[in-house]
Amino acid sequence: MADYHWPPAEKRSLIGKRISRIDGPWKSSGRAKYTFDINRPGLLYGKMLMSPHAHAKIVSIDTSAAEKMPGVKGVQLMLQPDDEVLWVGQEILALAAETEEQSRDAVRAVKITYDPLPFFSREAAPDKAGAANTKVTSEVTAGDPDTAFKQADVVHEGTYGVPVITHCCLESHGQAMEWDGDQLRYWASTQGVSTLSGDLSTALGKQGITVPPGNIEVITPVMGGGFGSKFPIDTWGIACAQLAKKTGRAVKMLLERDHELMVAGARPSMHAKVRVAATKDGTLTAWESETWGTGGTGAGGAPPLPYVIIPANRRTSYTNVLTNMGPIRAWRAPNHPQMCVLTLCALDDLSDKLGMDPVDFLKKNLNLTTNGRAQDYAAELDIASQLMDWKTKYHPRGDKSAGHIKRGVGVSLHTWGGGGGPSNCQCVINPDGSVTVSLGTQDLGVGTRTVVTIVAAETLGLPLEGVTANIGDSKYPASGPSGGSTTVGGVSSATRRAATNALNELLAKVAPSLNATPDQLEAVGGKIQVIADPSRNIDWKAACAKLAGTPITATGSRQARNDDLISSGVGGVQMAEVSVDIETGIVKVEKMVAVQDVGLVMDLKTAESQVYGALIMGVTYALYEEKLMDAQTGICLNPNMEFYKLAGINDVGELVVHMMTGPGYDERGPIGIGEPPTVSPGAVLSNAVANAIGVRVPELPLTPANVLAALNASAPSKA
Amino acid sequence: MPKPDEPNGRDPNDRPDKKRLGRRDFVKMVGGTGVAVSAAGALIGEALLPRKAAAEAAPAVAAPGKVMGPAAVPITLHINGEDKNLTVEPRVTLLDALRDRLDITGAKRVCDRGTCGACTVIIDKKAVYSCTVLAIDAAASGAQIETIESLAPEGQLHPLSQAFVDNDGQQCGFCTPGFVMAAKAYLDEHPHPTYDEAKAALGGNLCRCGTYMGVRRAVVQAGGGTVPGQGGA
Repeated sequence: MADYHWPPAEKRSLIGKRISRIDGPWKSSGRAKYTFDINRPGLLYGKMLMSPHAHAKIVSIDTSAAEKMPGVKGVQLMLQPDDEVLWVGQEILALAAETEEQSRDAVRAVKITYDPLPFFSREAAPDKAGAANTKVTSEVTAGDPDTAFKQADVVHEGTYGVPVITHCCLESHGQAMEWDGDQLRYWASTQGVSTLSGDLSTALGKQGITVPPGNIEVITPVMGGGFGSKFPIDTWGIACAQLAKKTGRAVKMLLERDHELMVAGARPSMHAKVRVAATKDGTLTAWESETWGTGGTGAGGAPPLPYVIIPANRRTSYTNVLTNMGPIRAWRAPNHPQMCVLTLCALDDLSDKLGMDPVDFLKKNLNLTTNGRAQDYAAELDIASQLMDWKTKYHPRGDKSAGHIKRGVGVSLHTWGGGGGPSNCQCVINPDGSVTVSLGTQDLGVGTRTVVTIVAAETLGLPLEGVTANIGDSKYPASGPSGGSTTVGGVSSATRRAATNALNELLAKVAPSLNATPDQLEAVGGKIQVIADPSRNIDWKAACAKLAGTPITATGSRQARNDDLISSGVGGVQMAEVSVDIETGIVKVEKMVAVQDVGLVMDLKTAESQVYGALIMGVTYALYEEKLMDAQTGICLNPNMEFYKLAGINDVGELVVHMMTGPGYDERGPIGIGEPPTVSPGAVLSNAVANAIGVRVPELPLTPANVLAALNASAPSKA
Repeated sequence: MPKPDEPNGRDPNDRPDKKRLGRRDFVKMVGGTGVAVSAAGALIGEALLPRKAAAEAAPAVAAPGKVMGPAAVPITLHINGEDKNLTVEPRVTLLDALRDRLDITGAKRVCDRGTCGACTVIIDKKAVYSCTVLAIDAAASGAQIETIESLAPEGQLHPLSQAFVDNDGQQCGFCTPGFVMAAKAYLDEHPHPTYDEAKAALGGNLCRCGTYMGVRRAVVQAGGGTVPGQGGA
């Protein structure tokens, strides 16, 4: 009998190879149908009215004129008179009309009166935000920081910060819905195909619409980006279902770009005053940080600082600043990119004060890592140094060469947990030899469909074309939402088990014809063969023909977050080289190197793509991204793609990715990779800029304004 | 009043490739027609901006001697070698006409104001953001519109699309059709770009997943050039 364990390297024909994504042709031919692309007979277009106030009480809502507008078929209040709105862009009502233009017109015809209330929308330090807008949520002391700071040879103090940024998914949030009697089809741009049915059923129940989860089919064959922001049904999901119900028509309602940037994604900010101490040999001895950040009107979680390198003596506090901004959502590796900036930039400054190369400083302190990856970090620092040519490019802080273009390099490291999320898989082997594996998981563009196909085909000894992966529909066995880099672990474990269980049934069927017992057989290269004598074999199709008309249907489930096929906990090291024009403040990324471990790589091509993508997303948040709020009006000033700038192809420089594979990594099983490589870019680019220009730019993004301000602050007075 | 050479006053026989819309022109046009201003954005705008600004904006699309709309008007678009008859209000963009009226959904709506390139189609051999073109203008000018659906028949894959697959120039894929069409227009005029030149073809398109490395390699491969190994840039 085949067992579940991953095959050894020499027996893998698909796992770990460079395999093109299975749904690639569907996407690059423009034929992939996203939620935004759904057209149904009689489709109505939904639009929402958003609050123009950052805080107000709704006094009255008059929809009478809107209801009479051409094409309008239904209006749905999402808030009622006397309700309060808490941020600009909060949804108040939705309506559906025959065309998008008509629905936009009708929204403008709604009359709402508000009683404006005081609000606070500026990202300000707690002492400037005022007691009413702040809440201390965490104060932790460990060891004896006061003594450690007194005894230290070198102490560094600095401030660091990362602003609120937004997800800016290219496919905006939203859905299309269509009732068919008591059944509801729900095309959703979601990261949680198997969880939305239950969530929507519950929410609609509260609105007086009874529909059991089993009657709601969530359909997401492809989706246009989530990055952590697309787990909930959201207010628009509920309103869309209500509009579809009351109009008896299919309704599609995707957020407009401004709405998307205002409310549908926000990574909490994090700023800190940091004090760090070391002995003169470069041993980190103490950490102290006063951290604050805003997560909108709700409380963000207190970050466990410092990050990765954790001395025994430390004191940390966290203050949540409440602001009337849109709600926070998880963003790739929640809290990690911010914590990484606060910690690795402070340590970089400390190593500068010590007169140490920061790579040497990190190596010196790897024994302070608590995630068990110290040896990996050491190896990764060496590989990254080679790929960057660090020893040649590194210089003490401040490029002393002539001219206004200064070059510098930086280093950072990071960690992430991962582990497999819940997942169930059904594998069917048909008498004609065709195979399907079905899971209620989703592919956010990371390659889930491809990984599932690889695992099933490898297990059954078939080529990729021999397996059809069905995902992206809640009718398939439930799998967890895609968050926290848990998808590849979950679906790999479930698919491996389901395919192995199905194979074992097939082996039992064909064993007599090969004069063997099932445990003497294996499935390799499109055949079932006797392990000890491969000349005794039967072609896959012929083997399946023995099923005599009855398909094999087997299931498999991920057993635990770290079951015997999967694990969690990865490390990674990144380096960056930048050039900075000290006259204009413009930062140019010359080169970035990412060295990353993720356990057993399932598809090297798409895994590398994830890392390249993380670096590029990292360049974007390090150099450009900031959700700008106007303090006087509470309005987001850049809810568009001209002024909320994403890095373009000319902005990213040379990117080098190195995946740690082989012994020491493979046996850990697959671990997700969406989060970890996205953590370090902020710190590594900030450190490279500091190395180039000789001073720290304390706040991301590294815009010309922030770079010039840092240079000016450090310039000797002209008086 | 707009000058005749400005987009909202231009001769309908003036083909789009003769006068490409700049972003500033587009914003002016938006001010006059309401295209691409979201309902909520307009509401907020009304609360903040003086009414005068709206009053000063240009009137609805008007060609000299011929006024269209505001009601829906019948037009014919030449798309992928076929004539498509449809009825749209003058304010409807070519992008929305394709997607909502004709179910041609390869071009995507993302920024909806000429920044991101997800809606790129080819009009008279030029890559054009279809969110910045009015459907009635595309019809009146007799523009030949190519969308990504024209590249290969169902079940087949154009070599350029294949290059995106081979080089993993896509993740979520939402920006991909725009990249493919921008690359197609570029390759039609520059059939053999180097790795450095390939960047020029793609500066007008944005990706959020971060697929630029693969996209660039795909364009070089499609042009028959040498694709650098891993880590090249």
